[in-house]
Amino acid sequence: MSRDLDIKVHHLTRVEGHGNIVVNMKDGVLEKAHLSIVEPPRFFEAMMKGRSFHEAAIITSRICGICSLGHQLTSLVATEDALGLEISEQTVLLRKLLIHGATLQSNILHAYFLAAPDFLNVGSVFPLIATHKDVVLRALRMKRLANDIGDIVSGRAVHPITPVPGGFSRIPEKAELLEIKRRLLEEALPDGLETIETMKALAGAIPQFERETEYISLKHPDEYALYEGDIFSSDTGALSVHNYLDVTNEFIVNHSTSKHAKYNRSSYFVGALARWNNNHAQLGEEAHAAAEAMGLKPNCFNPYMNTIAQVVEAVHCILDSVRIIDRLMEMGLKNEKPNQTPTRYGRGIGSNEVPRGILFHDYTYDNKGNIIKANCIIPTGQNLANIDDDMMKLVPEIINKTKEEITLNLEMLVRAYDPCISCSVHMLEVDFIE
Amino acid sequence: MKPQVAFFDFTSCEGCQLNKLNFENDLLDILKHVDIVEFREAMDDKADHYDIAFIEGSITSPSCVERIHDIRRRSDVLVALGSCAVNGGVNAMKNLHPIDEVRETVYGEDKYLFATLPAMAVSSVVKVDYEVRGCPMTQQDFLKLLIALVLGKQPPKYGSPVCVECKLKENECLYNRGMVCLGPITRGGCDAVCPSFGQFCTGCRGILDNPNIDGMLEVMTSHGISLDEAKKRMLLYNSNEVQL
Repeated sequence: MSRDLDIKVHHLTRVEGHGNIVVNMKDGVLEKAHLSIVEPPRFFEAMMKGRSFHEAAIITSRICGICSLGHQLTSLVATEDALGLEISEQTVLLRKLLIHGATLQSNILHAYFLAAPDFLNVGSVFPLIATHKDVVLRALRMKRLANDIGDIVSGRAVHPITPVPGGFSRIPEKAELLEIKRRLLEEALPDGLETIETMKALAGAIPQFERETEYISLKHPDEYALYEGDIFSSDTGALSVHNYLDVTNEFIVNHSTSKHAKYNRSSYFVGALARWNNNHAQLGEEAHAAAEAMGLKPNCFNPYMNTIAQVVEAVHCILDSVRIIDRLMEMGLKNEKPNQTPTRYGRGIGSNEVPRGILFHDYTYDNKGNIIKANCIIPTGQNLANIDDDMMKLVPEIINKTKEEITLNLEMLVRAYDPCISCSVHMLEVDFIE
Repeated sequence: MKPQVAFFDFTSCEGCQLNKLNFENDLLDILKHVDIVEFREAMDDKADHYDIAFIEGSITSPSCVERIHDIRRRSDVLVALGSCAVNGGVNAMKNLHPIDEVRETVYGEDKYLFATLPAMAVSSVVKVDYEVRGCPMTQQDFLKLLIALVLGKQPPKYGSPVCVECKLKENECLYNRGMVCLGPITRGGCDAVCPSFGQFCTGCRGILDNPNIDGMLEVMTSHGISLDEAKKRMLLYNSNEVQL
């Protein structure tokens, strides 16, 4: 079909940060379909120069409010790797509990507040307060519990306080953790099951679109990898986190203030759907039942299903948090002091799965423990090339729809990735050549 | 009619906005008293005029300057939210390095291709009527201001340092535990949240009026860090406020 189409969505709503969608088609030939990132740059790598290892995580958590816990933990892992700081099993368990809390809060926020309004034809969650009050209250309740995990274990859910190099500046009380466990089982689990029912009812509104791509996540032999593991590509398998630059291969494009990334193909996917595709076998039966109920199958190539994979992960986070608290109780909480005595100075690399995908921090320290060089590679930046490739395939497939419908489909596609644009432009600005 | 309020984000982490979406227990009550007419992070709607505009983030580019002037023209009351908006916050650390060096660190040989401004407080560009400090701003602080504005009252001001609030909580002084803390010269109002969780104060709410900077540096250096390191700690959130 021969058609002219000109779409420009300025400052896309219900995503974190500033992005524009640009599509140009002339005489039926698609000339341009991409997400322009127009967020101002932050220059974090420059700010980090000369800063003490005590401050590194405090500064990098300010890359992003939504992802602050993720940046903080990945920063700590990189610092501990660089300075040879051993951490205890208790520290690892508390960090895993924090990741579950942050993932639960972020995934629920995205599914209910940012994505669901599209499925119900409203512009935000606020009109749903009148029409679907019980659903909104349930979402708020789940978010509150997830944030309470952050508040109790890390002092504050947005920009956590207690996670420091080598451990925690304060260990939570036994009674506080047991109260979280009670609420996970009595509130969050039933709410999670109701969430599956709600999403199942909305799943019909998820566009049917497939594009097989490369899926990259962490992978761990013993668990659904979030805190630790090797890098895993669905195309070429495992690789050490220390070789992350071989995977990310960042490059500059003229429509984005954030760099793009590619590995074995022109683009790759990171985030909940990549984790699901690579590691679904390590999820428990409840999470698998949730996936089945909502129509998510292993090796799913529909990017819109990322939101559903997030809900599946929410179920996993609730149940695995209970398991972690049980393990901490079994071990007995110890009032450990953080280990902050470096045994070496040099380069260290940290990588965690944060809600939006695999995150890398890479620091080099001088022999006073001050940063010489810092590099952070962000999930949203890694997804940008994949979003553009999706758009190039999607637009011709839906070209017979109205311009409004095409625009909505594209907005929903970008939102499905749950992009975090502030994160992605933590460092780079490029002029536009239009 | 309920006040029409809007939220805008400039160069920042959007964590202060997120803290508003985290009002799980109070959100529905808040919405009984104000109409949110623009909040890009959460909704599609846009409006022409605002009774109260809340601004998050620093001004760091020519397009930021243009946009903040436009919002100011259309707002009756304008509030700066969080340290990025109030004084430039962590963004202002880049102002400490020569701009050429900052660009080179990030862009390498392409450094001259890209324009950037020093990170500025919102009040450096337009008139700011009220501020909520902190990184992130606390929900309680924000609510106190919102309630005061809705009722037409003056919001609370904080005159004493974090150190006073920390003492009232009967915390052990972190200097006794071998840490270096900015509590003595940092504006209070946070309930000494970081020291209460065993972590040093980073100065995120800004430096008090009339601080004894030399005295603070002396205390810091007498607890085992170099003068250079002590100054860096002091500038973490206050590069635009403190001249060292």
